[in-house]
This record gives sequence, structure tokens and C-alpha cells, in this order.
Amino acid sequence: MTDSAELQRRTAELLAAHPPATTDRLDFLKARFDAGLSWVHYPEGLGGLGAPRSLQAVVDAELEAAGAPDNDPRRNGIGLGMAAPTILKYGTEEQKQRYLRPLWIGEEVWCQLFSEPGAGSDLAALGTRAVRDGDDWIVNGQKVWTSGAHNARWAILIARTDPDVPKHAGITYFICDMTDPGVEVRPLRQITGEAEFNEVFLTDVRIPDSRRLGAIGDGWRVAQTTLNNERVAIGGMRLPREGGMIAPVAKAWRERPELRTHDLHQRLLKLWVEAEVARLTGERLRQQLVAGQPGPEGAGMKLAFARLNQEISGLEVELLGEEGLLYDDWTLRRPELVDFTGREAGYRYLRAKGNSIEGGTSEILLNIVAERVLGLPAEPRTDKDVAWKDLAR
Amino acid sequence: MTDLLYSEEEEALRAAVRDLLADHCDAPGVIARTESDAPHDLAAWKALADGMGLAGLLVPEAQGGQGAGHREVAVVMEELGRAVAPVPYLSSAVVATEALLECGDEELLGQLASGRAVGVLAVGLHRAPGTAFPAVRLENGVLHGELTAIADAVAADVLLVPAEDGGLYAVDASDATVTPQSSLDLTRPLATVTLNGARARRLGDAEPAVRRALRSGAGLLASEQFGLAEWALTETVRYLKERKQFNRPVGGFQALKHRLAQLWLETVNLRAAARNAADALATGEDVDVAVAVAQSYAAPVAVHAAEEALQLHAGIGMTWEHPIHLYLKRAKADSIAYGTAGAHRSAVAELVGLQAP
Repeated sequence: MTDSAELQRRTAELLAAHPPATTDRLDFLKARFDAGLSWVHYPEGLGGLGAPRSLQAVVDAELEAAGAPDNDPRRNGIGLGMAAPTILKYGTEEQKQRYLRPLWIGEEVWCQLFSEPGAGSDLAALGTRAVRDGDDWIVNGQKVWTSGAHNARWAILIARTDPDVPKHAGITYFICDMTDPGVEVRPLRQITGEAEFNEVFLTDVRIPDSRRLGAIGDGWRVAQTTLNNERVAIGGMRLPREGGMIAPVAKAWRERPELRTHDLHQRLLKLWVEAEVARLTGERLRQQLVAGQPGPEGAGMKLAFARLNQEISGLEVELLGEEGLLYDDWTLRRPELVDFTGREAGYRYLRAKGNSIEGGTSEILLNIVAERVLGLPAEPRTDKDVAWKDLAR
Repeated sequence: MTDLLYSEEEEALRAAVRDLLADHCDAPGVIARTESDAPHDLAAWKALADGMGLAGLLVPEAQGGQGAGHREVAVVMEELGRAVAPVPYLSSAVVATEALLECGDEELLGQLASGRAVGVLAVGLHRAPGTAFPAVRLENGVLHGELTAIADAVAADVLLVPAEDGGLYAVDASDATVTPQSSLDLTRPLATVTLNGARARRLGDAEPAVRRALRSGAGLLASEQFGLAEWALTETVRYLKERKQFNRPVGGFQALKHRLAQLWLETVNLRAAARNAADALATGEDVDVAVAVAQSYAAPVAVHAAEEALQLHAGIGMTWEHPIHLYLKRAKADSIAYGTAGAHRSAVAELVGLQAP
């Protein structure tokens, strides 16, 4: 078992062999990956050492103290948070060797081709078709809300391979090359003014069968790994007390007494307490994971995070008064990374509206909590035993 | 770092307390007792205090206690909340015991820790930690005055009474007149304490003792509130899976499922806040913020849970026969006990520097 002291020793070795001050950033990251110090809970040879996940903090602290570069995880959130765990769980040995290293290093950014205009909350109803052609699949369809597609080298893609069986059974999971000539990425401008996400048109995109992840027709099960990791990634960020959305509001409150009113004070305190309690719940969830007793709290973290972000950013705009009437910049941009708290209050308020939609709406998550955590009866299903091609749409 | 989980020993303690309460505090029995002359279940109290030694958890072994701590007490409080048990545990084993620990009175500590005596701090249940509290007159070494809203005073053997000289005094309950008040919470009854020249023994300074006692009471009350909320959620989920209307279990209707999912979310949040307060009290680190945060959050959740339980049980929830009303009354009274959520939010504002206008 790799313990804390062993990781410190290996980290020191890495730093000695590749001094951050004189080593190229990418070279350092590659060396770190090959030393098994990227994500220590991954297997040896794939950037890890099969160590407990909790020990990653030991490595990160040592590297940060030594001024080592990091892999800028915000640039590749979908790759690191969703594609990687899915490839690790379902990929072939060749796939793991090919994709995980450039993914972790950040050389290859990933996006997610899941949602469609006709398949949102009912994702399993998706209609993008993949038809077998020799050793390849030919893919046609339209995907939407694809964050970062404009920066992505690869995509995780789910498509319908069998329309004659019920919807969950006819889906297959692929890795799609975003440089294929049949892939067209068009920006979708959002209420913030920028175009963080895109619509993606797939026209006769050719995907070798060697880029299939999991068995034919098993794509829905594979996608659950991706989606569960997405919710953990969105709701599970570790924060200090008064971190995240509440930070700029508390700062403005302290620094600008002229903005204070009794009504705002009551609302601020209520949200400050709720943010602190949500932080403690997240901390408790992490402690459960480390102790090997994972609880169902994860399902609720994203719900809490979405509501709090929205209420806190809404309060911030109101607190700012005259300044809250202004907006920093409506220019259409295609950002490189997603940052919920970046920019000004108006941006935070508008961007937070997406938090209860992206990665599963809050309404769907409440269903999941009610059915999977509390064991309440499932919604009545009219589509369960019907072939996908016969569904109403 | 703060430990927000339960240890194996704490889970074993929980199981033992739950077994004991299942034997002693069944709902029909608790309901019947509320209208009797003896609102407290003294058999359950004896089993908890004497049989299991739980009254002495906060007291060091050298002083006759178990030398455990607030984390273990919090687990007991969760179970007492879940059973809405009418025992003077919070009053005697937590609040009065903390006051005596501050004063360093070994003789009384030993009696309370062993369960031989029930002690009650004669400060109104609604007083928040760090706020003013009434004191009685001290004349020629005896006490005169009247104090109201004293929880569990009818079960007390000894009262800890603040006097106008700034001291905290021990008064034998037989030297005081304790008059029950008709209380909203039937399972934690209040009383008026009247002193007419009562003999008293000075224990120490009242202010630090009361502050410490109420802070600990407030922090550990959050665990009771979590227990109440969890009972309400679990019982309502169970009932809605069973209850059928429109040829379906009503728990399958989305309008109700979402309400229960929301309640679950609030309840798991409350558990984290309550564990954090218990751990802070145990370690002595960050205690004021942890307690104020837990009490700012706990009361609305416990009340919401009990109110949802009542509404979702519908007609049967309005009956005297069903125990929901005991939980609603306790949850509502708890929302005032040791300071309202609003009072604790004001404390948060002071502690973290978010000043009022």
C-alpha cells in the first residue's frame, strides 16, 4: 500500500529529476504522469499508483510548495471529470494508453456530445444515428449545449445504434474525433453574451469501431458513469469557509457600508449560513468517501449548489444598487474555460441560472433523490417496452 | 480537522440508546404520559442515567463521570429527539452539568453524573447564550424571587439559580415552589420556580457558567433537532409508500416526491451542521461559529420537517392519537430554545464581521 511518506518520497524524486524552474511545463506534466503522481488513485502506468484518492492532497501540496506547474484543470473539466473516469472503467487497454495521458496533461481537451434538441432531460430518447459500415460507424445527427466544443480534440458521444429496441437498450458510447470533416461546431450565444457552449452537427462522421467504449447497445450504462461523475464534479468542489459565490458579496458588505440595509443584512446572513452548511455537507461527503463509506449525499450537493449560487448572486446584484444596473461586457466571446465566479456580479447572476439546468435539471435530480435515495415509487413509464422508432416525438 | 462522521463506538452507543428507548418510549405511552401527573418518564431516565451511565458523559472520570464528550452526547441527543423522549437529559446531563463544570463543584457533579440527582439551570429556556438572564434577590443568605419557563424543573432535585450578586447558587428543589406551566411542548414541560427565603449554597460566578451551559445546550440541541427531522422524514416516506389514493401509492406523485427530496436535502445538511457543532464543542476549536451556524440552520429544518410530516399525513396527522403533534410541538419549542435562529444569525454576524447597518 502506497502511504503518505512514500508519496512524499516519489514527489521529491520527481522534483529533483525535473526541477520546475528549468523544465518545460508540458515536459514536467508528462514526467509527473509517468511517475504516477497525476491522480494517485488511478492504476500504475495510467498516471497513478493505485493509492487511496485522499492521498492526492499530499502530492498536490508538495508540488504547489515547490512551484511546479499544474495541468490547469479548468480548461479540461469534461475530460478530467467525466471522460477520464468513463475511459478508465470501460476502455480497452489500448484506449486507456492512448487517451488518458494527453487528456490529463491538457494537450487534448475533451467535450461531451450527449444532449440533443429532442433529448434533454429524456436523454435516452436521443436520435443521433450510428450505422455500422465495415470496421467503422457512420454517425449523423445534431448535438447541443456542448461546452467547449470549439476547443476540443475529442468528444465522448452517445448515439443510437439500434432503433428497433426500447430507447435505453439501443444506445452505444463512442469517442469522436472533433477534427473529422463531418463535425461542424457552431457557437450558441448565451444570456451572458458569451458562447461557452455550442451546437454540433455531425454529418457522415466516420468513427472506427476501435473508438467504441463498452459493448454495442450498452451505451446507456456507460453514460451513467459519465453523468454521475459530472454531478460530483459540479457539486463537489472543495471550498474554504466563505469561499465560492458568497466571497464577493461578503467582501462588498464589509468594504462598502453605504450599501447596507436591514433587509439585505437578514438575507445575507441566511445565505452565509446556508453556504457554510452546504460546505460542511460536502466536507462530510468527502470524509465518508475517504473512510470508504460513500453516502447518498452526493446526489443532493448539486441541488444545493445550484440554488445557493442563484440566490447569492441575485442578492449581490441587488446589494450593489446603482452598480447592479450595469453589466461588464456583452461581447460575444468563446471562452477557453468555465468560471462561475469570474467577472462581475451581473455575469455571476446570469451564469448561475445554468447551474440548475446543466448536468441534469434540479427537477430531474429531485426525482433521482426521491426514487434512489428515499425509495419512493418511480414515475409511471409509457415508453419502457416500446421500440425507440415507435415513440412519440 | 473537524471529524463529521460517527465512530464505531458512537454507532454502538446509538444502537444501545435506540433499543432502550424502543422499550421505554413507545409513542402511545409518551402520548398518555403527557396528560398524567408525571410528564417525565423517570423509568427511561433511570435506565439511561443509572443503567447506561449516560448522564455522566461530559464529566471526567475523576469526578464520577464517564469522561466521554460532546460527540457522544450528540448521538444520545439524536436518539432522544427521534423518540421525542420525555427525559431531563439536555437539562441535567448537558446544561446543568456544564454550569457545574464551569464552577468546579465536584459534589453536585458526581450526583448529576451518576443520575442520583436531576439538576436544572433556572434560566428560561428561550435565553440565548451570551444574552442577559434574570436573577433573584439575595437577602441575608437566602433567595427570593420568581423565575419562569424553566424546562424540566418539575423533575429537578436541585436548581442552579442565578442571583443578583452575580453568583450561581444551588437550591434544593424541596426548598422552592415549582409550579408547572401549561407548555406548548408536552414532552419538555416548563415550570415557574418561586423562592421565598430559600436556603442556597454559592457555586461560583453565574455569568461564565450560564454562558457555557447555554452554548453547549444550543450546540447539542441541533443534534436533537436533527433526530426529530430524521424521524419526521423517515416516517413520512414510509407512510407515503403505503398510503394509496387514485389507485397508486401517494408517494409516487411528483409534487410530493419533490417535497420529500427537498426535506432530505435539508436533513443531511442539518446532520453535517450538528456534527460540526458537536465536534467543535468536543475539541474547543471554532466553537462559537460552529454553534451559531448550527442553531441558525437547525430550527427552520426541524420545524419544516414536522410541518411537512403533518401535511403529508393529512387527516391522521391532525389527530391527538398520532405522534406527529409531539414532534411538531417539540420542534416549534426548540426553535425558541437557547435562542431563535435569528438570534444565532446575529451572533454569526458579529463573529464573522458582517455587521448590521
